[in-house]
Amino acid sequence: MSEIPILKIGDCLLVSIQVDMHDRLAMALQDDLTQRIVADRARGVMIDISALEIVDSFIGRMLNNIAAMSRVLDAVTVVVGMRPAVAITLVELGLALTGVRTALNVDKGLAMIRSIIDNAERADAHRDR
Amino acid sequence: MLIETGETMPLRTSDDVVRVRQAVRLRAVGAGFSLVDQTKIVTAASEIARNTVDYGGGGVLRIEVLRDGRRQGVRLTFTDQGPGIPDIALALKDGYTSGGGLGLGLSGAKRLSNEFAITSAPGHGTTVTLARWK
Amino acid sequence: MADTAFATLVEKHQKTLLKDWLAAQKRDGTARDPIADAASADLARQFLDQLRNGAAGGRFDDITAPDWAPMREVLEDFSRARATQGFSPTETAIFVFSLKEPLFDMLRRELGADAEQLARHTWAVMRLLDGLGLYTIECYARTREDVIGRQQQELLELSTPVVQLWDGILALPLIGTLDSARTQIVMENLLERIVESGAEIAIIDITGVPTVDTLVAQHLIKTISAARLMGADCILSGIRPQIAQTIVHLGLELNVISKATMADALGLALRRTEKVIVDRAKVHGAGD
Repeated sequence: MSEIPILKIGDCLLVSIQVDMHDRLAMALQDDLTQRIVADRARGVMIDISALEIVDSFIGRMLNNIAAMSRVLDAVTVVVGMRPAVAITLVELGLALTGVRTALNVDKGLAMIRSIIDNAERADAHRDR
Repeated sequence: MLIETGETMPLRTSDDVVRVRQAVRLRAVGAGFSLVDQTKIVTAASEIARNTVDYGGGGVLRIEVLRDGRRQGVRLTFTDQGPGIPDIALALKDGYTSGGGLGLGLSGAKRLSNEFAITSAPGHGTTVTLARWK
Repeated sequence: MADTAFATLVEKHQKTLLKDWLAAQKRDGTARDPIADAASADLARQFLDQLRNGAAGGRFDDITAPDWAPMREVLEDFSRARATQGFSPTETAIFVFSLKEPLFDMLRRELGADAEQLARHTWAVMRLLDGLGLYTIECYARTREDVIGRQQQELLELSTPVVQLWDGILALPLIGTLDSARTQIVMENLLERIVESGAEIAIIDITGVPTVDTLVAQHLIKTISAARLMGADCILSGIRPQIAQTIVHLGLELNVISKATMADALGLALRRTEKVIVDRAKVHGAGD
């Protein structure tokens, strides 16, 4: 069990990363999230990194992995709260967050997840007619 | 140019990587780096520290605060006695999109630094030196 | 040998030198109020100490030598203080030059019997003080440049504010020629404002920018990428024909939507944020 709490908000899971994670913790989080997405039938995963002062390639890969796994499980991943200094450094680092959507804060993140799910359901309904 | 102060830290576990990030941050703050510059050097340190622990079999980091006239800088020297890097040029070329593998932190750390040097040979370990100036 | 004789003489007559020097400063009008006087006296004492120390090494001709490093530090601090306090460079240098007379008097009294020695020492001391005086002027100039640089920076930050055009829409009107360092600061500021205001769209307007070089363009591109990573987006506006040519010429990929005017950019931003501007007359019809 990772020490990072995972909250449920409707059909979304919210993870708020507060601590400077060491690698074991990051791996544990990935595992926990995957299990919870299935257990809670979550449609969205929101990762709040507003407390992170550093995002290096390891954390970047973790975020990419979480997004990839959620997609397989039919959930949308949004990363919120990235700090300007972190964003600038990531651009310089050349790290691409593939398959990871981003929003400025939790509210916008939830709205984004909502709109993506709704659009997807509309598309499904349209197809099924 | 002179070395104002320095410290040496062990790099054996992933907890050490966290400690390295904190120590480098402190030194960067002390040298008067802007927030963005702090973030860049701490991120670069995190990359190389990870490499040292994961691929170098553990090693040591020396942090030095430098002064050259009016400029202040922070220099980091990572040393390990691990297997070494067979093809440095290739390791420096890798981008992050190519997935896992050895030395992915190198090219990024180099981009985040003002000075960057690496010596490594199979069987002789690896030394990475990087520096950032205010 | 004869060279260290000077250091010994300074030590022997330090009290008198100090008194005469401060009197000369008052005469030359560099002393001002009691507090400044006390500071001057303190500084003069430090100067004489360092004069003794530096001269003890026996070298007079090169003030960049390590022997004179402590003296240079004293003068550097002094010049910096004077520059920021608004003294003129002459007033600053006179502090050093007004020591000449007391020193020459002392040399005459001590070495008057030996004309050759007196001439040699007078010459060496004069060149030394000239060098030190000029050094204070150099430090002064450097400090003024620093002050001006800082003021320019503040002016620039004031002249490129980030404005909120509407809920969720920011605008950054860039003005004047940009250099790499300033562009970085301005861009970082924009990203901070994006976080603070939760604005999803930032319009970067470069109507007021006459030229864009590779470095500035790269900063622009990096900032736009960073904004996107954070969850916002940018629209570029006000690109003039010359700049468009430069961008193509430099082979830069500006992977961002650009509009000719800020008004166009605002229109796009409003549409993107699902806002509609309605002309009331047209909606309600005449007579409402």
